[in-house]
Parts: sequence; structure tokens; C-alpha cells
Amino acid sequence: MAAIKNVAAVAGLVGGAIASGSVHAVDLPEDRAETMYHLYDGGGVIAQGPAVLVRKSMLDRISLSGSYYVDAVSNASIDVVTTASKYKETRDQGELGLDYVVRDSLIHVSGSSSIEPDYQARTLNVDLTQDVFGGMTTVTMGYSIAHDKVGEHGTPGWIDTARHWQYRLGVTQILTPRWTTSANLESIDDDGYLGSPYRLARVFGTYVHENDPRTRESKALKLSTTGDITPEGADNRRSFRADYRYYWDTWGIRGHTLELGYNRNLAPGWLLESFVRYYRQNHAVFYSDNAPDQTLYITRNRELSTMHDIGPGASVSYTLRSVPGKYDVKLSATYQFIDFHYADYTDVRTGKPYSYKASVMNTVLSATF
Amino acid sequence: MRSFRPVSVLIRVLASSGAAFLLAGASGCAYKPIEPWVKPYERERLADPVMKTSLNELPGRQQDHVYTVREGSRGATGVQGGGCGCN
Repeated sequence: MAAIKNVAAVAGLVGGAIASGSVHAVDLPEDRAETMYHLYDGGGVIAQGPAVLVRKSMLDRISLSGSYYVDAVSNASIDVVTTASKYKETRDQGELGLDYVVRDSLIHVSGSSSIEPDYQARTLNVDLTQDVFGGMTTVTMGYSIAHDKVGEHGTPGWIDTARHWQYRLGVTQILTPRWTTSANLESIDDDGYLGSPYRLARVFGTYVHENDPRTRESKALKLSTTGDITPEGADNRRSFRADYRYYWDTWGIRGHTLELGYNRNLAPGWLLESFVRYYRQNHAVFYSDNAPDQTLYITRNRELSTMHDIGPGASVSYTLRSVPGKYDVKLSATYQFIDFHYADYTDVRTGKPYSYKASVMNTVLSATF
Repeated sequence: MRSFRPVSVLIRVLASSGAAFLLAGASGCAYKPIEPWVKPYERERLADPVMKTSLNELPGRQQDHVYTVREGSRGATGVQGGGCGCN
């Protein structure tokens, strides 16, 4: 019944958008190729590897895409070194996608597979994009379904499974020749094994295996606005962006994310992207750093604790070669600093609230053609 | 656990407005539609690369993954996820 209500609500929203203006054709994504090296270093975890993406259109109606992403992880995080031993593993993720223009709509279908030694996830995504109101409004709807297999080192086969359903709805609106705004709502439902077979919780000082609920329902609403703030007569374009996301779920977590961005052309061929991001959340109802009683559900997963993080980041891109109307090649480098603080997750080595700093970096060589 | 009511109410109000537009159009009801006020030739600034959140697609996947495995929140980022067991 709830699903029927959701479908009716979405149909009403799209109906309203279409009825309020003429329909405008959407465009296929531009042909491009990207290759990236990425690195995350923080809290005893190093994750790095290459990634590639290729997107090519054909017959003016179809765009095919493929990507491959590798995460080589060396994990000596605090919960690993205090309750187990350091380990290394690799995650490989591949994705194939198809974008198809049907009349005035763009349909996107993609499938992805993520494989680790003890975890496999397969996901199917379907998205619909429609420009309406003379191209001033873009409405998107999306659905994903994923099926995971959960394993445990030392145990042959799989020990459990999990399923995930995602529903997305977004509206982007051109406000003025300089400003746009958007709203995105996403609902995610999970069913199955949602914890970690390795993670331990503490009950009255004694370590026990964590036990998370087998269902979770979450929603996130993100509001964004982006504007061109270039002064009249200035040569180098500048833009400002503000994003806010509110998150809530049935595990009792409420999260707030605020991100501000400032981009500007530094010189012909040079682009600077900069941002600062702040995030905070309260803990899940079954989270405890050291529970006074054994309860049915118990976790000490610090991702579910009361925590916040903040950090600035910047990216610089340089156009190596450009032939207008044919192709261009760009090289970019990004660095982001993140400072994580946990209010109710104790570093058992020091007895103090845990915190750490992380660096996120990548370099990308990209071409559009 | 109860869901967040104000957003549900907002969705229903917007949906009702949309349905009302459709009904008004279908019944030939006299109303003056709002014309698009930003013409295609006025959108040159909006199409400039400086207006994009990120020039490339792959860095967004890395960033989304970094946050998803370290924060309790998820979704509405515009990046389609592929699952992982790295929580």
C-alpha cells in the first residue's frame, strides 16, 4: 500500500511538472574517457588503486559506458588493531551502463558488481530523466536493487545475504540566467545481514559479537543551489555552491551535511574547484561504547556513534590540449583533508574519545571527444 | 519507528498540486500557464564548466565511497552506489 502511495505521489509530481510547461528534449551524456589514481590515508587505513571510465554514444540515441574501480585496502584501523590483526584485501568493482533517448526522455540502465574476498554485491540501476518547462526544469526518478553475499574469512561459502532497495526523486530548476537550485530525495531499504562478522561490541567491559537489526529504512533529502558570481566585466568565471542534506533512519540516526563550494577559472585552461564540508550525526539507538546490559541488538560500530567530521578540499585542472568541437584533454589533481571526531567511541588504548585525520587524494587524466 | 512527517506532508502537497495541474489541463480549464522565463540563449553561463560540482565522474565515486563507509548517513548524493562490505 505504501508503495502504491509512493508511485502515486511521484506520478503527481511529474504530472505537475509536465503540465506546467512544454516538453524539451534531453541530451545524451558527452563522450568521455577518464583514468584515475586514488588514495585514502587515515585512521590506519590506506585504500588506493586505479579506476577507468569510458562513455561513447552511437546512432544519436544510445550511449554506452563502462567503468572499473579498484580499492586495494591495507587495514590497521583502531577496531582492527584492538580486537584482531591488520589485514590487506582488494575490492574490484565493474559497471556497465546504457543511456537511451526515447522521445523526450533519457533512460539510464546500469549494472554493477563489487567483489571482495568475503563480500559480493550486485546492483541494478534504472533512472529516468526528463526536461520540462522549456528546459528550465529537469525531473529525475531512479530505482536500484542490490543483492549482497556476506562471507567470513576461514568459513567456506557465504554465511548470509542482504538486499537493498533505493528510490530516488530529484528536481533541478533554473532560477535565473545565473542561478540553479535542486532537491533530491532518496529512500533506501535494507533487509538481511547488515553488520560485520568481525566487529565486536563491549558489554560491561567484555567483548561480544555485535548484533545489528536485519532491517533498516532510511531517507535523505538534499537541497542545493549553484550560482555564477562572476563580477561584471571580469574575465575569469566564478561560481558558488551550497548544499545541505538531512538524513534520518529507523536506527535512530539523524545526520546533517553542509557543503560550500567555490570554483573559478584561474587563467585560460586552468580551473580551481574548492569546497569545505561539515557533517555530524547522533548515534544509533542500539549503539553503545560499553553497554551496561546485554541487549538483543548491540554494536560498537563507530560509523553508528555520535560523531562529526569537517574538512576542506581543492582540485586544480589544466587543459593539456583542446580542439574546439573535436576533443579536449585535461589533467586534474584533488586533495581533501578530513578531521574525524567521535564523542562516544573510546580509544581503549588511551581511554579518551577517538579522533583521527585523513587525506583523500586523486589525479585524473580525462578526455572528451 | 515513525517516519519524518513534515517531508511526507510536503510530498503529498506537491503531488496534489501536480495532479491538480493535470486535471486543470485535461478539463480545458482557463488558466494562464507560466512561461519559461530563462530562454535557452540565456543559459550560456549555466553551461560553463565552472558551474559543475566536479569536472570528472570518477572522483565523485571515490568521495561518495569514503563518506558512505565512515558515516551513518547515505543517499541523495547523485552518485549511484555499488555495495561493499567495508562498513
